[in-house]
Amino acid sequence: MSAVAPFDDRRRLTDLAVGERARVERVLDDDSISRRLLEVGFIPGASIEIVASMWPAADPLAIRVGGSTFALRRHEAERVVIA
Amino acid sequence: MSDATAELRVAFVGLPNCGKTALFNRLTGSRQKVANYPGVTVERKEGVFAASAGRRYRLLDLPGTYSLKPTTLDEAITRDVALGRVANEPRPETIVLVADATHLPLSLRLALEVRRLGLPMVIVLNMSDVARRRGFAIDRDVLSRELGAPVIETVATRSGGADALITELERLAMPEQPAAPTTAWQEPTAAEVTATHAEAGRLLELAGYREPLRSRAVAVADRILMNPFAGMLILATLLFFVFQAVFSWAAWPMDLIDAGVASLADLVRGALPDGPLRSLLADGVIAGVGSVIVFLPQIVILFAFILALEDSGYLPRAAYLLDRVMGSVGLSGRAFIPLLSSFACAIPGIMATRTIPQLRDRIVTILVAPLMTCSARLPVYALLIAAFIPQRDIGVFNLQGLVLFMLYFAGVASALLVAWVAKLIAGGQSNHLLMLELPDYQWPSLRNLALGLWEKTRVFLARAGGIILALMVLLWFLSTYPAPPAGATGAAIEYSFAGQLGKALAVILAPIGFNWQIAIALIPGLAAREVAVGALGTVYALSGDEEAVTTALSSVIASEWGLATGLSLLAWYVFAPQCLATLAVVRRETNGWRYPLLMLVYLFALAYLAAFVTYRVTLAVAG
Repeated sequence: MSAVAPFDDRRRLTDLAVGERARVERVLDDDSISRRLLEVGFIPGASIEIVASMWPAADPLAIRVGGSTFALRRHEAERVVIA
Repeated sequence: MSDATAELRVAFVGLPNCGKTALFNRLTGSRQKVANYPGVTVERKEGVFAASAGRRYRLLDLPGTYSLKPTTLDEAITRDVALGRVANEPRPETIVLVADATHLPLSLRLALEVRRLGLPMVIVLNMSDVARRRGFAIDRDVLSRELGAPVIETVATRSGGADALITELERLAMPEQPAAPTTAWQEPTAAEVTATHAEAGRLLELAGYREPLRSRAVAVADRILMNPFAGMLILATLLFFVFQAVFSWAAWPMDLIDAGVASLADLVRGALPDGPLRSLLADGVIAGVGSVIVFLPQIVILFAFILALEDSGYLPRAAYLLDRVMGSVGLSGRAFIPLLSSFACAIPGIMATRTIPQLRDRIVTILVAPLMTCSARLPVYALLIAAFIPQRDIGVFNLQGLVLFMLYFAGVASALLVAWVAKLIAGGQSNHLLMLELPDYQWPSLRNLALGLWEKTRVFLARAGGIILALMVLLWFLSTYPAPPAGATGAAIEYSFAGQLGKALAVILAPIGFNWQIAIALIPGLAAREVAVGALGTVYALSGDEEAVTTALSSVIASEWGLATGLSLLAWYVFAPQCLATLAVVRRETNGWRYPLLMLVYLFALAYLAAFVTYRVTLAVAG
């Protein structure tokens, strides 16, 4: 999969359903939120799984990444593009 | 300098929830000093211990962080201390990097960042017992060789579990001169973060790392506890149980303290001749100190629950569950813990807001914390409800209990409303950080619980006790002097400064139905709300112990005040201008007068408004 899809078509972490797994492709932006996402393990190739999501708007989400679980608000999770 | 008198400065660095504080507690026990770093409200925790060979260690427990590029005030302190950039804080000579053996990769990445600081480092794999039981394996020698730092294992929760760390510290040479602040260090770039992740991965593979299996129970527990419906139900049940416990278990120790304070005051009254000194000691100092420590049982019980929930890993999940609700009014899910503490007393609640990364979120949380019904309001509620609300059953509920519940609910609802208004005023930016780690569950350690409780108690007594004592003495003066003129018929307090002030205030308070007696009682009530009950007793010249005063008072006010006045005062106390001790703590936490003044003004305004509406509506409806 070498072709990079146009921006809007990229699959994001927020597109996953509870229990679904995927791999991180990259984290968008380079502000403090994106940096922290990188630091806690959302690095290219990392495997992730949605553990839980809150009713009604699936915000926040609980995500398993590496050996840890993090609660992320939706706008934080949207920065994570998945392969 | 010989080794016997020398002190080695050691800083503990690690991820949040890595067991760093437990390890710190294991080594230093209760020999800890908790204060703030100068100019900021980040907690500085230092402890000392001496190894058997005689060398002394000064340990600094730095705030947990994921990296040396900070996102919160706490994390900035960790970086600055490690770099030697904090004024009056000598740079540590050694860093102990505490890693949670049950999930090593992120800790190892941090270790690689910390290594660049150029300080001697010891890497500690904590909780290695749990990790090994789950199949964790690693070749520590390989890791140590690659990192150029000793790698050891500890179990902070077990007696003797930190011995390996002590042995390792003893091997370190005492530096010839203190570590110099570094200027060469540069913040890691995003590319470097990725590179350190890769390097950590390479090292783990080289050292034959086997990731510990996650227990199935954790996954199952998360499925239930973080379910939007079951999880919420469990959280609500848990909170209900905690409140029940706080109020029912604390009742007898509180009675005991009350009785002790009263008999001590009697003792002083009996031992001293009548005069200002006797009055100052008995009514000012002893009553003042008593009014603070009587809330200790509730605070200790509430904090025991909070600490146990925190230790167990549940609290971040509660913050997750409530984030949506809190977020809709512009608060962070992290505000849940401080607000929960505020039900015992706003002071520890406000101090707990330090874990909220955004300054704006933190300020709003501080501002609404006094709207949580603190335990000091209960005596006032109890008096007014007994006087004005009939003892009647509505279905399975008791009307009096229902009113009490409504008062609590009104506090919470108005806190959400105020936060929402603050969000509107500050502009509707919705980009709040949550990014909260949900650690694996574990059983709370009794030792950590005890040390944590001891620390909270000490801080509460020191911060609140000093302020309240000083204020009580001041208010004693205001309500004692000047003495009534000869032949005066009313209560002595009527002629005092407080009495005069109260009568002047009565003009402003008349539209909300308060008479001058209430106005006078509100003034000492500023020191601590519950004092208002005692002050009303004084105004109506009642004597006897507290219970007798309350019972007598309740019939006096029921006959002297109208229903509208009673309900109006209840509404007033939902927003009740918070006690002065709270304002003093807000000033300290926000480094200025701006927010305490804002808090004072908005709470007065809301109290007045609520009381006015209640008074007028009740008059219109009940006549």
